[in-house]
Amino acid sequence: MSATRQPSLQPQETTSIDTPDAPREGGRSILGRIGSILGKWDGDVARILILLVIVVVIGIVAPSFLSMASWLALSQTTTLVALLALGQTFVIVTGGIDLSVGAVMACSAVVGAVVMRGMYASGSDMTITVLAGLATMLVVGLVAGLVNGLVITKLKITPFIVTLGMLSVATGAMNLISGGAEVVGLPPVLGTIGNQVIGGWLTVPVIVTIVLAVVAAIVLTRTRFGLRSFAIGSNSGAARRAGINVDRHLIRIYMLSGLFAGIAGFLLTTRFVSASPMAAQGMELLSIAAAVIGGASLSGGRGSVLGTIIGALIMSSLQIGLIIAGVQSFWQTIAIGIITVAAVFGDQLRIKFAGERP
Amino acid sequence: MSDPDRVVLKVEGVTKHYGHVQALRGVDFEIRAGEVVGLVGDNGAGKSTLVSVLSGAAAPTAGRITFEGEDVSLSDPSHARDLGIETVYQDLALALDIPIWANLFLGRERRARGLWGLLGFLDRRGMIREAEEELKTTRIRIGSVRARTSALSGGQRQAIAVARAVSRGSRFVLMDEPTAALGVEQQHRVGELVQSVAERNVPVLLISHNLPQVRELCDRVLVMYRGRIVADLDPKVESVETIIGWITGSALEGQL
Repeated sequence: MSATRQPSLQPQETTSIDTPDAPREGGRSILGRIGSILGKWDGDVARILILLVIVVVIGIVAPSFLSMASWLALSQTTTLVALLALGQTFVIVTGGIDLSVGAVMACSAVVGAVVMRGMYASGSDMTITVLAGLATMLVVGLVAGLVNGLVITKLKITPFIVTLGMLSVATGAMNLISGGAEVVGLPPVLGTIGNQVIGGWLTVPVIVTIVLAVVAAIVLTRTRFGLRSFAIGSNSGAARRAGINVDRHLIRIYMLSGLFAGIAGFLLTTRFVSASPMAAQGMELLSIAAAVIGGASLSGGRGSVLGTIIGALIMSSLQIGLIIAGVQSFWQTIAIGIITVAAVFGDQLRIKFAGERP
Repeated sequence: MSDPDRVVLKVEGVTKHYGHVQALRGVDFEIRAGEVVGLVGDNGAGKSTLVSVLSGAAAPTAGRITFEGEDVSLSDPSHARDLGIETVYQDLALALDIPIWANLFLGRERRARGLWGLLGFLDRRGMIREAEEELKTTRIRIGSVRARTSALSGGQRQAIAVARAVSRGSRFVLMDEPTAALGVEQQHRVGELVQSVAERNVPVLLISHNLPQVRELCDRVLVMYRGRIVADLDPKVESVETIIGWITGSALEGQL
């Protein structure tokens, strides 16, 4: 490498550690700057374009897709998937996986609903009843996450197995508590929270999801917690040797995922003013798919909130769009499977051809 | 602290057993301020185990370690780092998906001032600026410290790992094969870094297979053989052949 250099003429050059493949700042020209901005965003730009194509194509095939009614249906599905996927993104960034998010969401909804049903029947104050239900759901989510995190870090069992176990435990527990039936008889004010349309297009679940997504994005990119999540997912041994308490961090990560599941459980309850033990089926896979379509790497160290949200939108647009277009519902599942694999393949190609983006 | 000849690290009778395997069979040596000491030995001689013990990754089975005049039990790597014992690991211990500046501050991220800091926000600008300055003073050139660490070449990664260990508040630097993946020119650069550390009176223990480099950089060479330090040589006097004789054990047999 240094053979062609002349040390005597360029002492500064030759004593510095410098190789031809050194990454350079995007050039100072306008073109260079645009290039470096695109370099940072190209993945999400591609994802937004794919989302637009899906929306436009379905809109052409079935114009009613571009209506408010269809947006409201779409937002209901998207908010739940997106909330679970936000927690999932943190987990995946650390190199883990949480298969229990759907079951924990449904379990927390059922437990909280049972609490609310009891309080409502005994004539408690409506606001207190709803707040008690919400608090119960958040606690159920946090406890499930705490157990996941403790078993993963202290018993050293892989996240896949632990959260698969939690999926089963939470499903069983919720069926025991609800007797396997939908929990009804809840305060009707819940329906107002879940379905009241604000300003034509916004609903409470949509606002909650947007706010939490912004908070999650800030935490992931601007705080020590976020940076350490990437560091742990990238090289947990290095993080440990750098003095980071990896176990404590991972426990917090799984608790965060459980907390998002609890919040999703509450929004789910407000939608139908009931809690159904059947509601969670397949949600864990949708949340993982959203994160992965959004550019998260299951081997850890990569992932973004914006990508995950776009991923959730892509999947639910496809789902609702195909229903509205009158395609048999089984095709949706096939389409989601294909698009997940295709998205990961496309990301790999993009990274390969664009080189490692800074 | 100012005495340039004071003993910084003293290791006495340190042993380490892994089940029936005796990796260290009683290691004794001391390192003084500002010394660059080479540690050589064949594969399996116990060098890596000794590094693990000194960096806090593995507890010794028996023996005594004195650092800056105080008995220490290096219970874990962060404890060793708190004492000022910095290690450049053979695998570099870099998180490749995070920016270069973040690796330089890994485990010691600086928070923003005031309320934002309490909320866990990072002082990104401050850390980025300081990372740039550090790399400038060590004359390591890597383009932008904002780049993802995976964008660096093997040599650049090694340079970052070395820079992280030598840059801040280190009182003793342990280097496990710091130049194994480097080209000639970069090896030379790491050598300069090692010497600049020693000039600050911070001792360096350099584990290396590269005997010419050891002879060039080190004030003393410790040779490990079957879990013990069997020779303490002056590399300016002893030839490479003599050192190899000690490494293979033939010099030892000659003595007996």
